[in-house]
Amino acid sequence: MSHRDHHHDHEIEPVREAIRRKTDREFWRSLDELSGTDKFRDFLHREFPALNASETDPLMLDPVGRRSFMKLMGASLAFAGLTACTVQPTEHVVPYVKLPEGLVQGKPQFYATAMTLGGVANGLLVESHEGRPTKIEGNPDHPTSRGATDIYAQASVLQLYDPDRSKTTLKLGDPRQWGEFLNEFGKALDEQRKKGGAGLRILTETLTSPTVKAQMDALLKEFPQAKWHVYEPAGRDGARAGAQLAFGEMVNVVYKFDAADVVLSLDADFLTNGPGALRQARDFMAKRRLTDGSNEMNRLYVAESTMTTTGAKADHRLPTRAAEVDLLARAVAAAVGVAGVTGTVSGAAAKFAEAVAKDLKAHGGKSIVIAGEHQPASVHAIAHAINAALGNIGATVVLTDPIEIKPVDQIASITELVGEMNAGKVEVLVMLGGNPVYNAPLFAGGQTFLDAMKKVGLRVHTSLYNDETSVNCHWHVAEAHYLEAWSDARAIDGTVSIVQPLIQPLYEGKSIHELLGAMLNQTGKSGYDIVRDTWRAQLGAGFEAAWQRALHDGVVAGTALPAKTVALKADWAAGLKPAAVGKHEVVFRLDPNVHDGRFANNSWLQEVPKPIHKITWDNYAIVSAKTAEELGLAPADEIQAAKAKLIEIKNEGRSLQVPVWVQPGHPDNSVTIYLGYGRTRAGNVGNGLGFDAYSIRTVNSANIATAGVSLGAGTGTYELAATQEHFNIDASGIDSKAFIPEENDLADRHIVRVGHLEEYKKDPKSVHHGAHKPGKELTIFPNFNYDTAKTSDGREVPLYAWGMAIDMNACIGCNACIVACQSENNIAIVGKELVIRGRMMHWLRIDTYFRGDMANPEVYFQPMMCQHCENAPCEVVCPVNATVHDAEGLNTQVYNRCVGTRYCANNCPYKVRRFNYMLYGDWDTPSLKNVRNPEVTIRSRGVMEKCTFCVQRIMAGKIESEKQNRRVKDGEIQTACQSSCPTDAIIFGDINDKESRVHKLKQEPRNYEVLADLNTRPRASYLAAMKNPNAELGGGHGEGQKSGEKQHG
Amino acid sequence: MAEVIKKQEYVDPRPPVVGPGHTLKSINDKIADLILMKGFKKGWIFGLAISFLGMMMLLNTIAYLVLKGVGIWGNNAPVGWAFDIINFVWWIGIGHAGTLISAILLLLRQSWRTSINRFAEAMTLFAVACAGLFPALHTGRPWVDFWLFPIPNTMGMWPNFRSPLMWDVFAVSTYATVSALFWFMGLIPDLASMRDRAKHKWQKVIFGMLSMGWRGDARHWHRYETAYLLLAGLSTPLVLSVHTIVSFDFSIGIVPGWHATIFPPYFVAGAVYAGFAMVLTLAIPVRKFYNVEDFITMRHIRNMCKVMLATGLIVCYGYAMEAFMGWYSGSTYEMFMMKNRMFGPYGYMYWLLILCNFIVPQILWWKKMRDNLAVIFIVCMFINVGMWLERFVIIVMSLNRDFLASSWRMYYPTIFDFSMFFGTIGLFMTLMFLFIRFVPMIASFEMKTLLPEAKVDEHKVAEIEKSIKPESLPPSAPVPQFGD
Repeated sequence: MSHRDHHHDHEIEPVREAIRRKTDREFWRSLDELSGTDKFRDFLHREFPALNASETDPLMLDPVGRRSFMKLMGASLAFAGLTACTVQPTEHVVPYVKLPEGLVQGKPQFYATAMTLGGVANGLLVESHEGRPTKIEGNPDHPTSRGATDIYAQASVLQLYDPDRSKTTLKLGDPRQWGEFLNEFGKALDEQRKKGGAGLRILTETLTSPTVKAQMDALLKEFPQAKWHVYEPAGRDGARAGAQLAFGEMVNVVYKFDAADVVLSLDADFLTNGPGALRQARDFMAKRRLTDGSNEMNRLYVAESTMTTTGAKADHRLPTRAAEVDLLARAVAAAVGVAGVTGTVSGAAAKFAEAVAKDLKAHGGKSIVIAGEHQPASVHAIAHAINAALGNIGATVVLTDPIEIKPVDQIASITELVGEMNAGKVEVLVMLGGNPVYNAPLFAGGQTFLDAMKKVGLRVHTSLYNDETSVNCHWHVAEAHYLEAWSDARAIDGTVSIVQPLIQPLYEGKSIHELLGAMLNQTGKSGYDIVRDTWRAQLGAGFEAAWQRALHDGVVAGTALPAKTVALKADWAAGLKPAAVGKHEVVFRLDPNVHDGRFANNSWLQEVPKPIHKITWDNYAIVSAKTAEELGLAPADEIQAAKAKLIEIKNEGRSLQVPVWVQPGHPDNSVTIYLGYGRTRAGNVGNGLGFDAYSIRTVNSANIATAGVSLGAGTGTYELAATQEHFNIDASGIDSKAFIPEENDLADRHIVRVGHLEEYKKDPKSVHHGAHKPGKELTIFPNFNYDTAKTSDGREVPLYAWGMAIDMNACIGCNACIVACQSENNIAIVGKELVIRGRMMHWLRIDTYFRGDMANPEVYFQPMMCQHCENAPCEVVCPVNATVHDAEGLNTQVYNRCVGTRYCANNCPYKVRRFNYMLYGDWDTPSLKNVRNPEVTIRSRGVMEKCTFCVQRIMAGKIESEKQNRRVKDGEIQTACQSSCPTDAIIFGDINDKESRVHKLKQEPRNYEVLADLNTRPRASYLAAMKNPNAELGGGHGEGQKSGEKQHG
Repeated sequence: MAEVIKKQEYVDPRPPVVGPGHTLKSINDKIADLILMKGFKKGWIFGLAISFLGMMMLLNTIAYLVLKGVGIWGNNAPVGWAFDIINFVWWIGIGHAGTLISAILLLLRQSWRTSINRFAEAMTLFAVACAGLFPALHTGRPWVDFWLFPIPNTMGMWPNFRSPLMWDVFAVSTYATVSALFWFMGLIPDLASMRDRAKHKWQKVIFGMLSMGWRGDARHWHRYETAYLLLAGLSTPLVLSVHTIVSFDFSIGIVPGWHATIFPPYFVAGAVYAGFAMVLTLAIPVRKFYNVEDFITMRHIRNMCKVMLATGLIVCYGYAMEAFMGWYSGSTYEMFMMKNRMFGPYGYMYWLLILCNFIVPQILWWKKMRDNLAVIFIVCMFINVGMWLERFVIIVMSLNRDFLASSWRMYYPTIFDFSMFFGTIGLFMTLMFLFIRFVPMIASFEMKTLLPEAKVDEHKVAEIEKSIKPESLPPSAPVPQFGD
């Protein structure tokens, strides 16, 4: 512990010598200074990095002369009076004296940046109001994003302003100066430098940043014995090892779904999960779009363990236990004709495998087999082999060099680290991000990461929150949010984005680059300079222009990694491990909301209903009805199903009791549990929510556990907060004693209209069979003219008629629109208790309907928001005219006029109105005031609110067009939900404009209005969902053969 | 003379509307004594204390409600109205008996109404006060409730005259005003009587002020009778209109289970049904504890039972029609609504309703049962509960599962829903206790008109006048006067 008591290692002799040499007019400040050692220079350097004392200001080192002494004294006295004891925040209350270029006050500006998750970047455009970021949009120029975003990007702006974020450097929990840290840390590094870094270990998450790569290279040169470990629970280890197995080297795989006609997913949730999901969803849907005269769809086969949004979009879905996916993959491979693989599956799986293989073979070079990230190496290797056999590699499956800067088997990497820590070889452990104390698996003998970590002499951790790991470290360095700091990262195809900050760090956050810089003795160098230096070297001549271009576009041009030809290893099949299929299995999956737990303190993400289950604020164990029955855990008769029974999951001696969720379509004898809950130091929002699945996750079974698993009934019940009660669209399979509507009760409402491609081709209107829609002439009142209006001077002017078309065929239920809407419209969250009571405030929800038998139902998503009915039932009943129609067809809500009788909500057949039963917004926390969109009113208690079709955006677009004396162009105004949607499922526009996309979509034969029979005449309409089943697998059962909606009247 | 005697021998088989042996004076004494007596009965103090506690619970709940918002109740996203509007309709319905008794029965010259009308009117007034609390406080921002009134303002903002809630505001406020006027008008002669009998100064002052200078002058009586009749005429349509408009709150909506044309008559009948049940619930104990069984006789009770039987059957016809129309409409929403009512998660509420409002009251077909106060009291309690359930069935069970299955959700009340509801019962009972102690609860001057000596047969008078010679009259025969 020599680095702590540094005063003891003075040698007294140089000091005495120095005193002797000095004249008595000279002053000295400390013995260190007096002795004038290098050590002292280093100390100063570190302690006052910003001053960069030795280079810029000789005053700091030189003997204090008369003049400078007076200067110093004067300044000290003046400052002593100015600052009492704490640093006051800088407040600028004067208007701009000089307006920054391009800024118009009150008008937002957009800057390109990128957010990483699992190390891989998604390009973003961030809306900034007077210097504070408020809303995230996708960057249309970015290869992954293409203008879309996921829920994490949308919610990251709330994370930026999270009042629970770590604000300063901490030493054993006490606030310290950054300089103080640098000083102590520097001493420890100096010790290590002597040993070549033999005791230094650096642990990072998955990273793709070229700057980090450059810094780490430099660091490892300086500390040649040091080791760099990588760990992140979002393990792509299977994918890495699979590639290694198949090709003999690590590769990065880019899937071209826009070139694939047949897709087989082996437990891969490629539409919403993993890097590149946004692009994959967009490309996949491009091949399914039945608009603009297209009559063709790709076909998706999914064999999956956990019902995901990808499974919901499947044309054929086979519930398969995660451990048995391997067997299925082998069977498909064998049937496709991959050499060296044999497989036998029986029953439905055999039929499935046979049909899939046939279909794949018929689409060689135009198909994709994709394996789930949590699947073991063998499944990935088999998928690669099938793709190779089909000629897909190079066509639909593009291989490149790895984008990760340190592609390693992460479980092996952290296991090695733990081994070394146990062996006492690690003296300094620097953890750059991550939260291994919380999310590392259990190691040999049930040892936790914390146990091993405690044996390290100096532990340094940088992260956004003072979390489970930070509290167990000597030093915690507050990390700067990606919206506060410079960095860079690669997209899935290798394209680099510069991560550009939108705001000065709110607190004393430092970026990873700055910390690494400090380790490289570049303490004075800002993150900006570090990142620029990396790219100055790379971009060479014309750097400034290229840099500006890169910042503006959000991508560094030409950085996509080139495709690489890699041949399948000849003996690849020899390395396949046999699948271990036990009686029961536990599958650990990333949570759709909080990911691996890092977003646990983000209330927007906590309150977004998880796809399909519609549960908020918790994790749970998902099982099939049969398994629940066998374990005595079938849900009680309670219709709400909120009181869940507990299941006891045992894995390798550890046990955990979790509420059980019975999900139709889940395979039997399999339990899926989401990671990321049960946190103790997430913050005020995330602490104590849910159950810690990491506590039963071991290195041997980090993703799928079979061998040591046993399941049993737990004790007691637990209340889950679901936003939707669970009914089937036809309930034929649900075996619940509680009353459930019978098939026709709901089917006759024609809420969700679905069809099969073959029928659709024969009769495009068949999806509407049996539905009614009253004609417009069926009224004694004249219909309002939404086409034109008369001005006061008698001119006829054309009007806008705002409308929306939602393609249910394209909607993947990813929830991005919900969070985007929340962010754009300042929608409050209400918390678990009130979700249970039914007080959610989301203006937009994704209704989920099941159809078919319980073992394997079809799932349909229907985004539902205010339909802006022309005959709005809400408007008639409001006693104070607080909800009124405008001439452009918007159903407007006047918050100031609203008294709160709630009659409008009662009378709304779509139940999209949300009432502020209490004051739900946080009006007091200062940092949260910044996250709100200044263009949208914050609603107080007692008023009704609902979707406005983003009226603030409509107004901004209209003002802009009027300034230029033209009509609003199609696509110029995008609602928040529309702009976030990766699959273009939501299209908004002027339906009076016959050329607009929305108008054209409304002419599609699949177009229908929900509850049209009520004659509400909604402005939002839906396009029926389509399946493209394989006839061999019993698809295309004949229903709804004839004609469309009946127009009565 | 023989003819006269013969007519006197005619015996009405029904119990009398006034007990035997009463004179003009005895009626006055008995009613006035209840108010002017010294001290308070123990039972009264106890009852008032309990009711007062209930009222305090109400006030506390209201304070918390205004402080925190209606979120303290259990209302949620599909179920925007629950206990608040159930209780509103329940109380408004209860009020209807008073108006019916005092207005319609007056116009129909049903003399038996006399002993119960004051009591029932007071009940109306208090019930309307309780009812009024709910719509006023169920809004998100009660402090701007006045926006529901058409108040001219600089912004030219008017209420939405298409909204049934708007009509409701007029209906209920008119109803409250007319009921209060009617009640107070009817009280004036009795208040004057109290003033004249009062012994304490404060009693004299208060009753003096309240009686508004009533002296029993013939002109007073003339104007009083005219005004009373006019008010009765005004009130009569209110009996029908108020609950019709309350029913519009639902039937104008498009929610299955609300959107039904049968609602107005069905609601009015239900209101009268509930009102009479409540009158009986209160009258049965009161007549016992205050020994006014000779004023509120079995005749009254039997008649009220018959009204309940009749209106109850209308209400049940309404239930049957709802079910029939649900099926006959062919609408999937309506059919499901009925199915959900009967067999849905709240199905037991529906069957309880049928038990309370349909099955149990049929016992009143038996004459014997109509004479059994205990049975009647129990039946009335069933009806009170049943009518509350009816509104629960209509409001909550229609809202909780309407059009889009995705938004279906159960409703569960919170403790504040109950404290508000039972609190209004506390308020109602407090007012009732104060009323029976401090205000003549039976219209004594009207009671006196029921006495034989008040009956004047004009033909007989003419005959007698003809037959009697003027000199045979005593020189100064006292002319009987009301008010003696």
